[in-house]
Amino acid sequence: MTIKSTIELEKIVNSELASKVDSSSTNYGELLIEIKVEELINVINFLKSNDLCKFRQLIDIAGIDYPEKEKRFKLVYLFLSHENNLRIKISINFEMTQQIPSITKIFPSANWMEREVFDMYGIKFKNHPDLRRILTDYNFKGHPLRKDFPLTGFNEVRYSEKDKKVIYEPVKLEQNYRNFDFSSPWEGTKYVKEIQNKKNEKN
Amino acid sequence: MKKTKTLNLNFGPQHPAAHGVLRLILKLDGEVVEEADPHIGLLHRGTEKLIEHKTYTQALPYFDRLDYVAPMNQEHAFALATEKLLKIEVPIRAKYIRVIFCEIGRILSHILNVTTQALDVGALTPSLWGFEERETLMTFYERASGSRLHANYFRTGGVHQDLPQKLLDDIGKFCQTFPKIIDDLENLLTDNRIFKQRNVDIGIVTKKDAMDHSFSGVMLRGSGIAWDLRKSQPYECYKDLDFKIPVGKNGDCYDRYLCRIEEMRESVKIIKQCLNNLPKGPIKTIDNKISPPKREDLKNSMEALIHHFKLFTEGFRVPAGNVYSAVEAPKGEFGVYLISDGSNKPYRCKIRAPGFSHLQAMDYLIKGHMLADVPAVLGSLDIVFGEVDR
Repeated sequence: MTIKSTIELEKIVNSELASKVDSSSTNYGELLIEIKVEELINVINFLKSNDLCKFRQLIDIAGIDYPEKEKRFKLVYLFLSHENNLRIKISINFEMTQQIPSITKIFPSANWMEREVFDMYGIKFKNHPDLRRILTDYNFKGHPLRKDFPLTGFNEVRYSEKDKKVIYEPVKLEQNYRNFDFSSPWEGTKYVKEIQNKKNEKN
Repeated sequence: MKKTKTLNLNFGPQHPAAHGVLRLILKLDGEVVEEADPHIGLLHRGTEKLIEHKTYTQALPYFDRLDYVAPMNQEHAFALATEKLLKIEVPIRAKYIRVIFCEIGRILSHILNVTTQALDVGALTPSLWGFEERETLMTFYERASGSRLHANYFRTGGVHQDLPQKLLDDIGKFCQTFPKIIDDLENLLTDNRIFKQRNVDIGIVTKKDAMDHSFSGVMLRGSGIAWDLRKSQPYECYKDLDFKIPVGKNGDCYDRYLCRIEEMRESVKIIKQCLNNLPKGPIKTIDNKISPPKREDLKNSMEALIHHFKLFTEGFRVPAGNVYSAVEAPKGEFGVYLISDGSNKPYRCKIRAPGFSHLQAMDYLIKGHMLADVPAVLGSLDIVFGEVDR
């Protein structure tokens, strides 16, 4: 038996995991389920091993930073089921200091994905076999994808003719990075005519 | 008893068979690899961070620079994600043009991979023949977009410009002659004793492991899993096209090579069908809130001028939401997880590169193999560092 649509899938997930699901929503034909950090391992185990769901491929783990929120970080796990030809997104929200259980035991491919999240956001994973930086330079400081990390970074490298080696220096720019705010204060996408038409339709 | 010692070997980052800037730290017992630890990130340019600071139109060219052997396939994923958020429909002609260039990208990538894989195991001629064809294909890129590699041709809502008839004719001619070149390549490689000795039964991936390691594309199909997003979750006009998905049997390097060769033939078939059925009509959405007006309109229409100005300063705004959209890139599932906060810039754009997952499995693939098999396995993974390091 296979699940045919995300609506069906949403029903199954909600009934099977009832207490574990905080909220679920389907937008653009994609199912997003919010859960608590403590339930992560259980939920993912269920999705992978359940005879109906069969989400046996982890596609990616995406970290998102919302600096203004109390629970600053969000992780979104994307899964794919070949049998059902469906995708699902699982998201967790948590604070900066919180540690997230690693899912490398369930999906070996989570290894590098979690390393990347650690590298980019400084999110720590519990029981990860090898939590090192992955994409940034050796001895890199800071977590570049956090919203408070400047686009230009802190250090630049160059080859020094004097020292005969590559050296690190603080970023010196001839001109600062200019972030023009082009966005207009006016709502740009609606015509007055459209709004009037809508009003007329209502009447 | 003889004393044995493990040897640590630094493979790369400057090594001709490392396919770019891979630093592979190998632990060797004699010639047998005990452990492989790939160090990546030497080509990390912070694409995702840069995209957060650019409007949607400005973000698109960054995708050319990911997998730079098949640029338009990457652009495609981003364009699809933005279109999904905007809920706009792409004109039918644009869909066909996109498919033509995505398949050209697939051929570009597969030629590079097949021939360099051959080069890695000692065959020089295929790369000389293959690269000549790549040059022809890149001229098509140039004639459509103005540049051979970094095309920036796809737009949200369609493609940038229409194709001249002469270009379409030339692509048609290429489709006539190219199968012969594939035959030639196969003559050199498929039954070649040395090529087979170096590839058959090397780097075998079982079905289960292919799933667990998040493999996609040829890496998955080589292991006998019939899964192709063009068939299973068709986007654009792939639903109306007739093509087959080649599937391997043993999951070794040789099967992956065979899959790629067959996929090139299928791509030629797809391009031919698209050329024959290419409908007439607009090539981008006519909504001027998304796509810029025609050049000649700027001279006469005030509204067009305002649209043009707004689009190239502020850009268009995308409704808040989050979507994941994926395409079957030559290397596997290339996806974009796009989060919009309703402004003119993406709040977050996570790029899912197939090569990242494939390279991750290097340790698993190479354990117990000989050192000389490292380039063969690496070649068959089809790694391009632009997309692995992002």
